[in-house]
This record gives sequence, C-alpha cells and structure tokens, in this order.
Amino acid sequence: MRFLNIRTGVSIKSGLKTIAKSLASSRLTFSIVILLIVLVQNIITTPTFFKVSITNGLLSGYIPNILDEASELVIVTLGMTLVIAATGGVDISVGAIMAISASFCGLMLNGSEYRTDVFHNPYILALLIGLLGGALCGVFNGFLVSYLKMQPMIATLILFTAGRSIAKQITHGQTIYIMNPVYKYLGVQIPGVPIRTTIIVSTVIIVIMVLVTKLTSLGLYVQSVGINGSPSRLVGLNSRMIKLMAFVICGILSGIAGLVGSSSIGSVNSGELGLSIEMDAILAVALGGNMLGGGKFSIAGSVIGAYTIQAITTTLYAMSVRADQLNVFTAFIIIVIIVASSDVFKDKVQKLTRKVFSKNVSVGG
Amino acid sequence: MNNEMQQNKPSLIMEGIGKSFPGVRALNHVGFKLRRGEIHALMGENGAGKSTLIKVLTGVYLMDEGSVTLDGKPIVIRSPQDAQKHAISTVYQEVNLCPNLTVMENLFLGREPRKMGFIDWRTMNRKAEELLQELNIYADPTAQLDTCSIAIQQMIAIARAVNTKCKFLILDEPTSSLDADEVKKLFTLMRQLKDKGVGIIFITHFIKQVYEICDRITVLRNGELVGEFEVESLPRLELVKKMMGKEIEILSDLAVNKDESKYDGEVPMIDARDLSSGTSNVAPFSLKMYKGEVVGFAGLLGSGRSELVRTIYGADKAVQGQLYIKGKDGKIKKPLDAMKQGMAYLPEDRKADGIFAELSVRENIIIALQAKHGLFKRLRRKDMERYADEYIKLLNIKTASRETPIKSLSGGNQQKVILARWLLTNPEFMILDEPTRGIDIGTKTEIQRLILKLASEGKSIAFISSEMDEMLRTCSRMVVLRDRCKVGELTQTQLNQNTIMRTIAGGEQ
Repeated sequence: MRFLNIRTGVSIKSGLKTIAKSLASSRLTFSIVILLIVLVQNIITTPTFFKVSITNGLLSGYIPNILDEASELVIVTLGMTLVIAATGGVDISVGAIMAISASFCGLMLNGSEYRTDVFHNPYILALLIGLLGGALCGVFNGFLVSYLKMQPMIATLILFTAGRSIAKQITHGQTIYIMNPVYKYLGVQIPGVPIRTTIIVSTVIIVIMVLVTKLTSLGLYVQSVGINGSPSRLVGLNSRMIKLMAFVICGILSGIAGLVGSSSIGSVNSGELGLSIEMDAILAVALGGNMLGGGKFSIAGSVIGAYTIQAITTTLYAMSVRADQLNVFTAFIIIVIIVASSDVFKDKVQKLTRKVFSKNVSVGG
Repeated sequence: MNNEMQQNKPSLIMEGIGKSFPGVRALNHVGFKLRRGEIHALMGENGAGKSTLIKVLTGVYLMDEGSVTLDGKPIVIRSPQDAQKHAISTVYQEVNLCPNLTVMENLFLGREPRKMGFIDWRTMNRKAEELLQELNIYADPTAQLDTCSIAIQQMIAIARAVNTKCKFLILDEPTSSLDADEVKKLFTLMRQLKDKGVGIIFITHFIKQVYEICDRITVLRNGELVGEFEVESLPRLELVKKMMGKEIEILSDLAVNKDESKYDGEVPMIDARDLSSGTSNVAPFSLKMYKGEVVGFAGLLGSGRSELVRTIYGADKAVQGQLYIKGKDGKIKKPLDAMKQGMAYLPEDRKADGIFAELSVRENIIIALQAKHGLFKRLRRKDMERYADEYIKLLNIKTASRETPIKSLSGGNQQKVILARWLLTNPEFMILDEPTRGIDIGTKTEIQRLILKLASEGKSIAFISSEMDEMLRTCSRMVVLRDRCKVGELTQTQLNQNTIMRTIAGGEQ
C-alpha cells in the first residue's frame, strides 16, 4: 500500500525507512550482510573464486572447499547454539569431546593395533560407540551444570582440560591410523558420489536440527529456559532436564564432528583433532546474531556465522595471505564485525541515517 | 530542659515532595519529619511510595518538587554521596557488604586508618573492637563476614553506618530475614543508637515490631501522606485502616454470598490439610475450596498470602501435610503436577515469574499448554495462531500483532497475556496473585468481571489482592493471614472492611 502511494513521495521514503529500520534491527540480516561482503570481495580480488569444476570425481573450487572445511565447525556450532541459548554459558569442551568420540571409534575399529586396514568391529557399530562417547560427555557436562549448578564454562573446563588426555588413554597413548578405505567414506568421499561427504553430513545435520526445532517444541523450551528460569518452572517446564538435553545434543554433535574430522585424515590424533574449535564455535554463534546471554536463538544465524568464519579464512588464503599472518587478519576482521554489530554502534548508525533521511525530506519539500 | 526541647523539634524535614515516573505519580506532595533520637516507622502497603521517598532522601532519585531541610537549613541531595555528606546512612534488607572480607575490613572499607600510606592493621583492629564493644555487637573483628549470622551482618552494616558519624539512619526492612532472638538483639542496638541521638527511620511490614520499638508512625498510601501519628495514640486497627484505606464504602450488592453449608456433601476442589512447605515459613494450614467459588486471601504485605498459594500449586514444595484434589491425594511435587490436575497459577511478580520478555505474545500464550503437551507433541503452528488470536480478541489485548515481543506491551496487557496463557489450559482451579497490580482502572474492572464469570462457569478461584474493595466485590469467602499464619476465615456477614481489618490487625478489638 505504502509503496503505491507515489503522489507524495514521502511515503516511499517512510517505506524505505521502515525497511532500513527492520534490516538494521534484525540480527540475522547482519550476519547475511557480512557473508555477502566477504563473497563480493572475492569476486573482485579472486575472479576464480566462484569457479566450480570436477577433479578426480569430486566437485572442487573455493566454494566447495569452504563448505567442506567448515563442516566440522558448522556441526559443533549447532550444538553450541543450543547450550548458549539454554544456559547463557558456553561449552568449551567441544573440541575435547571430538577427540574422545574419535578415539572410541578408532579403538573399536583398530583394536590394539596402531596401524591396520582390518576393521575389528563393524564400521557402523564403531561410529555409534563414538557417538555414545560424545553423548556421555554431554551428560557429564549437563549434569554438572543443571544438577550441581556449576557455571557452564567452569563445568566444561573439566573435560576441556582432561578430555584430550582421556582420549589419548583410550588409544593407548598414541596416534592410531585406520587404513581401511571405508573409514574415509565419512570424511572424504563415498565412491561414485561427486560431493565430499563432509558437505553432505553437515547439510543433513542442519536439516535435522531445523526439523527438530520445527516438529518438536525443543526450540521454544530452550528459549524459555534461557530467557527466564523462574516462569519456566511455573508453566511446567523442567529447566534442568532441558539444559541437560542441550548439553547432550551438543555432545552428540561434537561427536559427529569428531568422527568426520578423524575420517577426513584417516587417523585419530587426539592432540590435534578439533583443537581450539570451541572458540570458533562461540564466535560463529555470536556472528549469527544470537545473544550470548541465552534466550532467543537462530539456527540459520549460527550456520551462516560458521560459514562466514571459514569464508574469511579461505578468502585470506585466496589473497595469498601467509598462514602465519592469517590470525592477525582474522582478528582484525572479527574486531570490525563485533564492533559493527554492537548496539552502541547500531544506535549511532540509526541516528545518522535518520539525520540523512530527514535532510533529504527537507530538501525535497 | 533546653536539650529536651531540641529533641522534640524535627531536625530533618521533607516537605511537599513530588516524584513521577512515566505513567505513575509515585509521590504526591508528601511530607516527612524526623527528630533526633527517635525511631520513626514508615508504613504503607505496596505502591504506597515508601521506597520512593527513601530513595529521594538518599539521593538515588531526584525529586520533581519539594524541599528538604536539615536543622532549618535547606539542603540538596543529588547523589548517595550527598546523603552521606549530610550524615544520612541507609542499611538495606540485603546486606550490601563484602562477604569475603573480615568484619573490620568491612567496617573501615574505603576509610582505613593509615600509617605512612600503608593500612594500619593494628589501629584498625583496635578501633573495630572499640566500636563493636560500644554497640554491644558480639563479633570477632578478624572473622570473615560471611561466617557471621545474618543478624550480626545486619548489625555490622549498621555499625559501619554509625561509624561514619551518621545522624540519621534508614533501616529498610532489616528484620525480614531474622528470627525472633536476632530481632531482639537488633532492637537493643537500635535503642542504643536512639539514646545517642540518632534519628532512625524504620521500614517494616511487621506491625508488632512497630509497636514494640517505634515512637512515631508516618503512613503513606498510594503516594500520598496519610499522616504522622504518635504510636500510643494509634491503635493497631486504626493503623491497618489507614494503611489500606477505609474510604471505600461496602457495596450492598456484594458478590454471590454463598453459604458454606451449601457445599455440604460436595467434594471440595481443593482440600489442604496441615499443609506446609519447607522454604516459605508459613505455618501449616488447612483449607477447603469448592467449585464455583472465589476465595480471597487477605493480609498485609509479607503476611504469607503468596507463600500459601505457592505451596498449593507446588511452586514451593510441600514438606508436610496432605493436599487432596477433588477428593484424591494430589501428589504434587512440582508445578507441572498441579497443572496436570487442572491448576493454574498467575504469579505476583509479573516481570520475574510471569513473562518471557523476548518471546512473542503468541509464544507467551501457548507456552503452558505446550508444556502440558510435552516436548514431542508440538502444537500445530496454525492452532497456536488461532489460540493467540482468539484470546487477544477475547481479553481485548492491545498488541501490534501476535508476534510482537511481550516486553513491548503495557503492564496490563502483559497481565492479560498471562491470564490467556492459563485460560488456554482450561483449568478448574486458578490461583491469581495480584492480577490487577500496577494496571489501569479499566483493565482492573475487566479482570474482576472475568474472575466472576470464570467462577460462574464452575471454576474455583483463589484471589489475592492488596485492594480490599476489589476482593470484597468478588470473593464469597476470605482467608485472613497474619505474620505468616492463617488466622481466620470470614464468610457472609463477616465480609466487611471492619471485621477483615480487625482480623488482619489481630490482638485487640
């Protein structure tokens, strides 16, 4: 209606203003804009950025590469999103849980041998045991937080510190190599499928998470508990159970990421697997426009946040930034993003745009 | 003689104080006089303006109009530091000292005795001991504060205030977390300070304590000054009347005045027998409520009204006694159990216990029903929207849309959303704790009418309100509480202001 009313011209402006306002206020928009900026920047600096070709029976190019490399982070970020939303705290043990999961899986497959191409147990069973390990870690974290009322960061600090050591014990203190080509199905390629399995797995997980939040009331429960525990209890929600559930889901997802990660290199190196991924996951959640204090969350936002982080890294590599300089650049970009997304900055921008708009109106009138 | 004269002359005078907040006139031309060496109670129910007045006096709020004079000279208090400068100190209900420091560190925090730039621990220890001895506080200066009892901590907070050479001391509900013995100790300390010439403002909701220790009482109601009275000249009943307001005439067309005997043979909806919860300190109570009945819960603030209904709902878990619902043992361990048996509970504190601020009106409405259904039986989006629209229309909720976050609605409309939340669960027994607090007159009447309508539909309703006339208009029976104890049940002819207030005040006729 507003847009049709061209006679005054002011209506269009007010329409634009509404759009500008809603864009400025939506947190999701912000993360999309960041991702777009990164992509546009690539069109300019790296013309081959969007080229996709098939080499060795696999899609390759920068974009498939980003999707592939980001897959572990995306999966972990989804779990982190739930934990942050439900508890207002973070799970810093996700990387360690990845290592534990992969170690369980490796132990099942390799037995006591450190390098073999024979599976000692069925492949699927090994994967399930790995996930069970992740789930148990989640139960442990969740129990500490929801029943013993520990701060999430402190509670998960336990596995953060001890987790990799535990993983090392599971694999008898050494890196184990799983040489059976089937092991690489999950992290590299299933024969005949031209897309890297990591991309398929992460997409499937995203779809499952979206479906879970659409088909169950998990999303509503988690947000309610995260916003305010007291009324949650009074309307009959079991806050402790819901927080525990968030940690268990986070544990399972970390487990999946661990299996994917170890499969893509064909070995279990508990010292390296998922190292410092927790920080990237927290950052991804923040970039996705989610409140780190808990409450409202957006799956889409977190996913975009995770891909953005990987896109930045890949972009910098494409611009031939050296690996040792990479972190400095990343840090700089992140500072810009965080400042730009702060409420103080947004307020300033909104005031500025209002000024500009009002000036235009007065000139036009 | 001269000295005595001076003592009786008010030295701290607040006059014509006015303070408004958006939409509320919190203080309207209120005056307050404090003399040296007196203990002066500041009384009033919720929203009377006590805390606003204190915050004006201590510089937390700036007054819109009015003046403050100290010994005849006008003073300006713009910040808590200003108040300190004029020797006005406050001790709050929650002790705001540092629990992990020692007693003496707390006493001298920010003004430690020094020697060549370093803290002089020996002097500090000596001075602390002197101070504690002087005030008869039995505490070790070197003990960590959180190892002391709450009462001692309270007294140390007072000692700290006294040590800053305060002439006026404000005690904001200092006794609410103390037991009888500790209260006695605190009173001894207060009397000592009084003898030293300190003027004390004592805020409490325990009427008994006022008559035990205070010299004068100033009563506020709805932001207005009701008056200043000598304790001896104001009987308890009069005080309660002044606090609650007696100007409301009793309406002749009182609500359905049901006779208790009418319920003979009927199975009560709620039958509590010696019920008591572990956390709330309400004395065990017995109570029967029937279908189609509105029962009011009367009593002053802090009398245990809310705690009593919370125990029925399972918000505070009962540790003693039985609760039968429609004749069967309720077995209520948590709110969800109560909900499943047809209970609903609208809590007193809307902000802290009621709303999910960032969630939409729709989500706020359907959350209880969804919780009842469980995690895996998600309501269909279409149904949610239908429910939300239905109740927005039915209760006339003013909101931009059903997807608007509830925090952007006005208080009255937020309250209606929470009412909608519970009506949607189709309860048989509803607990409404102050459903009309802080909302406009129009909405108030709407809610009162709704309560009567729900009762006529056969629901049983427990209704708590600080406004007597509102309860008289809607309730057919009233349960009266005093000092965390159920002291009586009033029906029919007893349902009038006088009887109720007499029961609330207790003790004397």
